[in-house]
Amino acid sequence: MVSSADIDILDNLEEHLEPTDLEDAVDRPERTLSAIEFRDVHLAFDDKVVLDGVSFTVRRGETKLILGRSGGGKSTTIRLILGLLKPDSGRILIDGEDITDYTEEEMMDVRRKIGMVFQEGALFDSLSVYENVAYRLREQGVIDEEEVEQEVRRMLRFVDLEEAIDKMPDELSGGMRRRVGIARALVGDPEIVLFDEPTAGLDPPTARTICQLAIKLRDLQDVSSIFVTHEMNNLKFLSSEYATVDRDGQVIYEKEGEKLCLINTEVLMFRDGKIIFSGSDERLRASDDEYIQTFIHGHKP
Amino acid sequence: MNPFAKFVDELQEVSLLLWGVVSGLFRPHRYPGEIIRQMDLIGVGSLPIVLLTGFFTGGVLVLQTFPTLQYYGIHNESGRSVATSLVRELGPVLTALMVSGRIGSAISAELGSMVVSQQIDAMRALGSDPLKKLVTPRLIALVIMLPLLTVAADVFGIIGGGTVASYIFDQDVNVFLTSVRHGVTTEDVLGGIIKPVFFGLIIGGIACHKGLSTTGGTVGVGRSTINAVVLSSIWVIIFDFFLAKAIQSVFGVGVI
Repeated sequence: MVSSADIDILDNLEEHLEPTDLEDAVDRPERTLSAIEFRDVHLAFDDKVVLDGVSFTVRRGETKLILGRSGGGKSTTIRLILGLLKPDSGRILIDGEDITDYTEEEMMDVRRKIGMVFQEGALFDSLSVYENVAYRLREQGVIDEEEVEQEVRRMLRFVDLEEAIDKMPDELSGGMRRRVGIARALVGDPEIVLFDEPTAGLDPPTARTICQLAIKLRDLQDVSSIFVTHEMNNLKFLSSEYATVDRDGQVIYEKEGEKLCLINTEVLMFRDGKIIFSGSDERLRASDDEYIQTFIHGHKP
Repeated sequence: MNPFAKFVDELQEVSLLLWGVVSGLFRPHRYPGEIIRQMDLIGVGSLPIVLLTGFFTGGVLVLQTFPTLQYYGIHNESGRSVATSLVRELGPVLTALMVSGRIGSAISAELGSMVVSQQIDAMRALGSDPLKKLVTPRLIALVIMLPLLTVAADVFGIIGGGTVASYIFDQDVNVFLTSVRHGVTTEDVLGGIIKPVFFGLIIGGIACHKGLSTTGGTVGVGRSTINAVVLSSIWVIIFDFFLAKAIQSVFGVGVI
C-alpha cells in the first residue's frame, strides 16, 4: 500500500534527485561547491586545545561520519558549523561562503540552510510536538496556520510520528524525542543536516530507525550531513545500507554489494582535536593504527 | 580569577546583556505575546505575596511605632510615619526582594535548564535570538510590573497600618488617613515608582545572566538560581541607598 508519506518522498525524489554527472555540474555550478569546508581550524578553551588544525570537506549529498571518543572535538565541530562557537583561527565555509567572521545576525540566514539534531533532542519543554516542529516556520513569519500544519504533518510523517502531534515532550520516549528533533530540524528542507550523537542512549532498534532516517535523507533527499557518533553500529548501518524506492513506492533499505557501492559516506576519526583518519569505512577497518583498532573493537588488538 | 576581577567581569557581562536588550528593541522581531505572558506571570502571579507582605509590613510598623509616638504625644501622626516609610523605602525594597525570590529564581532556573538541555543552542540553530526571545520580554515585564506591584504593596501597607491603628489602638480611621495624606508628597510617590524600575533591571539582568551562563548540568542550575537570588537581593539593597540619595538630590525628598 502506498502511504501519503511515501508519495511525499516520491515528490521529493522528483524535485531533488539530479544526475551528478559532469554535464550537470556545468549547468548547475553550485553543485560543484562543497557543502561544508573546514580549513585548518584551531580552537582552545583556556589551556585546553579542542581542535588542532582540523581540515575536511563535506561534498553535496555526502554524509560524513565523525567518530571519536567523548571530548575529542566532535560536537564542537558541529557547533562551529552553526556559528554557535567561533574558531580561534582557520576558515569555515558553508556552500562556498566564508562564515568565519559572520555576526549573529548574518548567521541567521546561514542557519536557515542547516538543520540540527541535538543529542537529547533538545525539544522545547513548554511547547507541544506541533509547536516544536512549527517553531522555525513561526520564527520565519509564516502565519497561515493551514500552511504551518501541513508542513508540520509532512515532517512528522517523514519520521513516522504523526500520531504524537499533540503530545508534550515529557510524554515522549527517548527515541520519539530524537525523531521529533529530526522532524523539527528538517522543516524548511535544509540542504545540510547535522546529527550530534542522535542515537546516544537508545536501544538498538530505535538507533537503527534514526540511522535509517539519516540514510533516507542522504539517498532520497540529496541532503549533505554530518553524523557525529561513537557507536560502531551506526557506522555499520550508514556506510553499508542505502535507501531506495520500490515499484510500489515504498522506501526500502538495501545493503551495498554487487549492485551498488556507497561512495557518498565517509568517515572522519578525531583524536584529541586532530583528524587521525579520513576515508571509507573499509579503509578504517583495515587501518593498522592501534587507537583506531581499539576504538572499533573496544579493546587493544 | 580574583574576586575583584570576577566582579568586574560579571558587571561587564550583565551590562552587555542589558545593552544587547536595549539595542535589540530597535530591530525587528519582537515578541509581544511573550511580553504579555511574562507580565502575567511576574505581575499577576506575584500579586498575592506582594499584597500580603505589604499589608503585614504596614501593620507591624504601626504596631511597633504607635506606642513610641503616643509617648511623645504625636500618635495622630502614625499614618504619616507608616506611609512615608512604605512609599519611600519599604514598599519598593520589600516588593523587589519578594519578586527577586520568586521571579529571579524562576528566570534563572528556567534559562539555566534550557542551557544545560541545549534548548538555547536549538533556539539559535532554528533562527531565533535568545536575547530577544527570552531576555527582552522578561526584562520589559519586570520593568513595567515591579512599579505597579510596589504601588499595590504601598496601598495594602497603608490599609494594614490603618487596620492595626483602628482595631488595636482605637485610632479613628479618618485621623489615620488624614495623617497619611499630609505625610506623603508627590515627590515621595514619584521616587517610590522610579526605584522599582531600576530594581526590575537589576533583578532581570542578574537572573537572566546567571541563567544563560549556567554550566555543570543540574547542579549548575541550582548554583545559578542561588546566585541569582542572593546577588539580585544584595544589589537591590545596595542600589537602593544610592537611588535614595539621587532621588533626595533631585526631588528633595526626605530633606528637612
